[in-house]
Amino acid sequence: MSELFYDAAPNATRVAPERETDRHYPDKPEAVTLFGTCVVDLFFPEAGLDAIRLLEREGIRVNFPQAQSCCGQPAWTSGYRNEARAVARAQLEVLDRPGLPVVVPSGSCAGMFRHHYRALFADEPDTLKRVEALAERTFELTEFLLKVCRVQLSDQGEPSQIALHTSCSARREMNTHLHARELLGQLDKVERVDHDHESECCGFGGTFSVRMPEVSGAMVNDKTRSLIDSGAVEMVTADGGCLMNINGSLEKQREAFRGRHLASFLWERINGSAAGEVA
Amino acid sequence: MSQRIPATELSANFRGRAGEALADGQLSSNFRTAMDSLMQKRANAFPDADEREGLRELGNRIKARSLSKLPDLLEQLEQKLTENGVKVHWAETVEEANTLVHNIIEARKGRQVVKGKSMVSEEMEMNDYLAERGIECLESDMGEYIVQLDGEKPSHIIMPAIHKNARQVSKLFHDKLGEPETEDVNQLIQVGRRTLRQKFMEADVGVSGVNFAIAETGTLLLVENEGNGRMSTTVPPVHIAVTGIEKVVANLRDVVPLVSLLTRSALGQPITTYVNLISGPRQPDELDGPEEVHLVLLDNGRSGAFADAQMRQTLNCIRCGACMNHCPVYTRVGGHTYGEVYPGPIGKIITPHMAGLHNVPDHPSASSLCGACGDVCPVKIPIPELLQRLRQENVKNPEEPQLVKGGGAKFSRKERWIWRSWQMLNTRPGLYRLFLWAATRMRALAPSNVGPWTENHSAPVPARRSLHDLAAAHLDSSGETSS
Repeated sequence: MSELFYDAAPNATRVAPERETDRHYPDKPEAVTLFGTCVVDLFFPEAGLDAIRLLEREGIRVNFPQAQSCCGQPAWTSGYRNEARAVARAQLEVLDRPGLPVVVPSGSCAGMFRHHYRALFADEPDTLKRVEALAERTFELTEFLLKVCRVQLSDQGEPSQIALHTSCSARREMNTHLHARELLGQLDKVERVDHDHESECCGFGGTFSVRMPEVSGAMVNDKTRSLIDSGAVEMVTADGGCLMNINGSLEKQREAFRGRHLASFLWERINGSAAGEVA
Repeated sequence: MSQRIPATELSANFRGRAGEALADGQLSSNFRTAMDSLMQKRANAFPDADEREGLRELGNRIKARSLSKLPDLLEQLEQKLTENGVKVHWAETVEEANTLVHNIIEARKGRQVVKGKSMVSEEMEMNDYLAERGIECLESDMGEYIVQLDGEKPSHIIMPAIHKNARQVSKLFHDKLGEPETEDVNQLIQVGRRTLRQKFMEADVGVSGVNFAIAETGTLLLVENEGNGRMSTTVPPVHIAVTGIEKVVANLRDVVPLVSLLTRSALGQPITTYVNLISGPRQPDELDGPEEVHLVLLDNGRSGAFADAQMRQTLNCIRCGACMNHCPVYTRVGGHTYGEVYPGPIGKIITPHMAGLHNVPDHPSASSLCGACGDVCPVKIPIPELLQRLRQENVKNPEEPQLVKGGGAKFSRKERWIWRSWQMLNTRPGLYRLFLWAATRMRALAPSNVGPWTENHSAPVPARRSLHDLAAAHLDSSGETSS
């Protein structure tokens, strides 16, 4: 079990803070809605498709409403509350199906539904009820696979060493960073290696990366350096924003090392090297 | 980084200063090493996560309760302190506070002041104010002494000289004081101690800050590790304490958890070496202590923050510095980059109330909103939430009434237009899908230079097919509807 928990004597400079989750999880449902997120939609669509496949493998029917777009986070974190609210309202409409869990392959977009929509609609009591209901049935993908589906993954891949990058939202808003560890722990040929300052932000922060490129750049440089130095052959993460930031930086630095979305990694591991053909 | 420029001249240029700091390898390395060590110390000081979270919750409630009755507590504090023989003074602005302090010193014909560590006196720029009036004000905290000697400002609220390593301090002492160079920290401390010992004896007035002002008993509590606080407050014939109005708490019982949170969060200490409880001037039967004790209570924008229920949480702060120790931005750019008295996450949310957002327009944006600060704050100030709120205040139309001084500093019609367009794209599903279609089909035309993004990244290239597209095809083929 020690694999699942951060070091007993915590090294604050290296590992994420320990957190217990007190969330109540429902039984496995027949169907879910997948909220793909705009970053996955445009830049990592395979990861979204692999998330659908992982869910279908558990016997769950996946809905993908074509009217979905973005959770509204970019405008919200930029201070444009009204614009964020309009976009959030549109998603609320699309996802307004009581009883149907919403699964999100991103800690930060899931965190938006679960936490920030409350602030967005604080002055609209009626909307707030729907927001609360959405928050209640929103799950980050790894959390949903582990806690609701109770997946059992059987590793078909070759022995490999990987580094896990958890997003700040996954750790601090969703308390779901240990879930990804636990899922990886089920893969018996995968060794998860620690990296330096693992719990530190990769420097993305949405528009922070373009408003403060000097600071953001220093952060992602340090992150990519520690990932490469960890000895892992690749990095996996459950957040598209971090992935875009880290991979974009690696490519700019002409490093061969890359990260990929955890959904794609898991799908490949449980299907062996033939994963690509299963589609 | 040893600039000594008025804060207002620096404040419009956070990015520029950040760039300079990042280019200074020594500076970055000094900060990273120091902050790593401080994070570790804090973690060690809270071995039990449940105990830590319980204590933080308690700290938050005590501060919230104190602030909810702030006017009453301040009145009670004044009454009790007066009964104890302490003279209480009120200052709305730093100018008023400086005038008050100057008048007290002048009344005693004081020429030498020795000062314990006080961030409020930094807010006031008291040293400069007094120096211009012929009064020498010497910092007695070792870190403050070092930065004063080098003509700098503190780069951290707890460890003012943390941006310097032992070698740099040694060189400073050699250049300014003619001391032989050494990297032995104990020897360096002895240099400061020798100089200061004499000054404590000669000083006409001692100035200090206050960590907690206790209303019920009229007590000023001051924690410190070097003994300089006790010297400054007991040896000179006059003691002037300066503090912000938010430091008042109801009673001594409230102080126990707050002090524990403060010392453990700041330096990982169970308690500081010195805990001074100051209740008044020397009594007739006492052998030592000052003949006069004064307290200057400074507002400086605090009542502005107090007026807004959300912003009020800023005043929970007990000045431990844990938010900066854990901040990935502060760790890289250091305290001077912020160009203001209070650096780091807490500085970003408190400075706008003091200086006005127009003087620190980039402060709210200088955060990835990673949440580390809010996670470690001993009194649970939701710093990321408040940063987000300040971003909203920052982009308001400056012609509208502003809730925060200098609000609307980042208002831009162009940026508002961009977000309106983004809103249109993301609220009209047909338009959004058309955008996806175009972006994926014309991916070869994706620009190779995307402004600041491509300074640190390769240009992003859209996938060949969007998830909307792939999911529709997949779900159709597996017989599911994709409504």
